[in-house]
Amino acid sequence: MGTTISTALMVMIEDFMLRALLGGLGVAGVAGPLGCFVIWRHMVYFGAALAHSALLGVALGLATGLPADLGIAVLCLLMALGFLALDQSRLVASDTLLGILAHASLALGLLALALLEGLRVDLMSYLFGDILALNLTDLVVIYGLMTVVMGILLAYWRPLLSATVDEDLARVEGLNTRWLKLLFTILMAAVIAIGMKVVGILMVISLLIIPAATARRLASSPEGMALAAALSGGLSVVLGLLGSYWWDLPSGAAIVAAAAALFLLSLGLPVRAVREIFNSSKSGTALR
Amino acid sequence: MDKQTRPHDRLAQVCDQGVLVTAEGVTMSYAGRQILSGVDLAVNRGEIVTLIGLNGSGKSTLARILLGLLQPEAGRIWRAGGLRHGYVPQSLSIDPAMPMTVRRFLTLGGKVADEMLITTLAEVGLSGRLAAQVAELSGGELHRAMLARALLRRPDFLVLDEPMSGVDVSGQGQLYQLIATIRDTYNCGVLLISHDLHVVMAATDRVVCLNHHICCTGRPDAIVGDPEFRALFGAAVADQLALYRHHHDHAHETDGGVVPLNGGHGGPERGLADEHGHDHQHGAHGHD
Repeated sequence: MGTTISTALMVMIEDFMLRALLGGLGVAGVAGPLGCFVIWRHMVYFGAALAHSALLGVALGLATGLPADLGIAVLCLLMALGFLALDQSRLVASDTLLGILAHASLALGLLALALLEGLRVDLMSYLFGDILALNLTDLVVIYGLMTVVMGILLAYWRPLLSATVDEDLARVEGLNTRWLKLLFTILMAAVIAIGMKVVGILMVISLLIIPAATARRLASSPEGMALAAALSGGLSVVLGLLGSYWWDLPSGAAIVAAAAALFLLSLGLPVRAVREIFNSSKSGTALR
Repeated sequence: MDKQTRPHDRLAQVCDQGVLVTAEGVTMSYAGRQILSGVDLAVNRGEIVTLIGLNGSGKSTLARILLGLLQPEAGRIWRAGGLRHGYVPQSLSIDPAMPMTVRRFLTLGGKVADEMLITTLAEVGLSGRLAAQVAELSGGELHRAMLARALLRRPDFLVLDEPMSGVDVSGQGQLYQLIATIRDTYNCGVLLISHDLHVVMAATDRVVCLNHHICCTGRPDAIVGDPEFRALFGAAVADQLALYRHHHDHAHETDGGVVPLNGGHGGPERGLADEHGHDHQHGAHGHD
C-alpha cells in the first residue's frame, strides 16, 4: 500500500502530470459548483450545445489571430444569445432547437477548420481534450478564469439560487432574472472554454454535470452540493490521470469514466453519514 | 371600448381610496389567441377578491400582469407607490435535485430573524418544519411554505393562484379561514384565483368572473343570479350556490342589492369595487 501511494506521488510529480493535475483540479473546482446550477436549471443540453459550437470558436480564433480560448468563449456566448432569441419564437421545442444548433455548429466548425488551409489542427485534442499537453500559459488562463468565475458565482450566489428555485418568485421579490440568466450563460461559456482543454468538446459538459449529480445524494444544502461536486470532480481528475498513466489510456476519457464510476458509487453510499460531513457547518442548527 | 378613453384623472382619484392595484383595458394574446381583452380590475386594501373562470379563461395571465410578471399588450396597470407583492404560484418550479431546507427556501429573498421565521411558519400551520427538505413536502405543505415566504415580505398585495388545489375538503375550510385571518393581520389586499365555486362563496368580498373579458363582478351572493354566470357555470350550480348564506359585515337589501361596507351608494370609487354590475353590453359579443 505504501509503495503504491509513493508511486502515485512520483507519477504526479512528473512535470506534465503535475501541470495536468493542477489544470484538471482548477477546472473541476469551478465546474462542480457551476454544474449544480446546470442540473438545477435543466440546462444540460444547452451546455452541450454550447460546447459543440466551440470548434467554430477555435476556427474563429485561428482565422483572426485571437487566442483560441477567447474565440471559443465569444462563440459560445454568440450561440447562447442566438439560442435565446430563436427560442423566443417557439417554432420548435427547445430541445429540438438545441440539437440543431449543436450539430450544425459542430459541422460548421469542422468545415471552417478544413477551409483554413495551411493550418494543421489537432482535431482529436479539441474533440477529446489533451490535458497532458497543458502548458504554463494554459494554467494561468485556467486559474485566472476560475478565480473570476468563482468570484462572480459567490457574489451572485443568493440571487442566482433564488432565480433557480423559482423564477417568478424571484422576480416578484425584485430580482432581474433576465440579467441573472445572461450572467449564468456567460459563466457557462467561460467554464466550457477552459473545460474543453481537459476533456474536449464532446465531453466537457460531463465535467459539469456528473460530479454535480454525484454530489446530489450527499448534500442537504445547495452549498453542500456545490462543495461535494467540486471534490468529486477533483477526485475524478486524480483517478482519471492515474489510470491514464498506468494503463496508457486517453486521459480525458479516463477522467470522465472515473467521474461516472464515482456517480455509480454514490448511489450505494450510506447517505446520512456522508451528509453530516458536508452539511454540519452549512445548514446550521435546525430549529424544531 | 369607451373604457380605454376614460380620463386619466379618474385613476388618480381611485388610487387615493386604498386601491392597491388597478388594471385598465388590459389586453393580452398568445400566439394569435386572445387571452384577455379590455379587462378592468381594481383590488383594494383589506379586500379579498376572487377571480373565477374556466380553465384557459385568462385568470393566471391576469394575475401575472397585475404582479408585473407579464407586460400587457394594451391597457394600463397602476400600482400604489411602494407596493409590496406577495405571490403564491400554483406550483413551484424547484428541481428535485436541489437540496434545500424550508428555512433556506424562506430566506432566499433575504435574511429573516429566527423568531419571525418561527411565528410565520406557525401562522401558516407549518410549525416544526424549518429543517425539512422542500422536495419532501406534500403538495399542501409546499403551498403553506410558499405562503409563508410571501408573508415574510409583509405584502400589501397578496396573489394566491389556486391555493385550494391539492388540499382536501377539510383542509380547504382551514385554508380559507387562514386567508381571511391573513387579510386582517396584514391588512393587505388579496387576489385569489380559484375554480372551486363553493370555496369562492365562503370568504370572498368580491367575485370577478373572467372569460377572457370580465363577465360579471359582484358580491358572491349577488353574482349567482347573473345570467352570464349562469351561462358559464350552469344554472343548477348557480342555484345551489344561491342557497348559500355567508356572514359579512354588510347588509343586503330586500331586492338583493348590496349596501356597501363603508360609505353610501354612489361614490364612483367604491362603486367600482362594491356594486355588482356589468360594464359592457350583453349580447354584443359572444363567448368563444
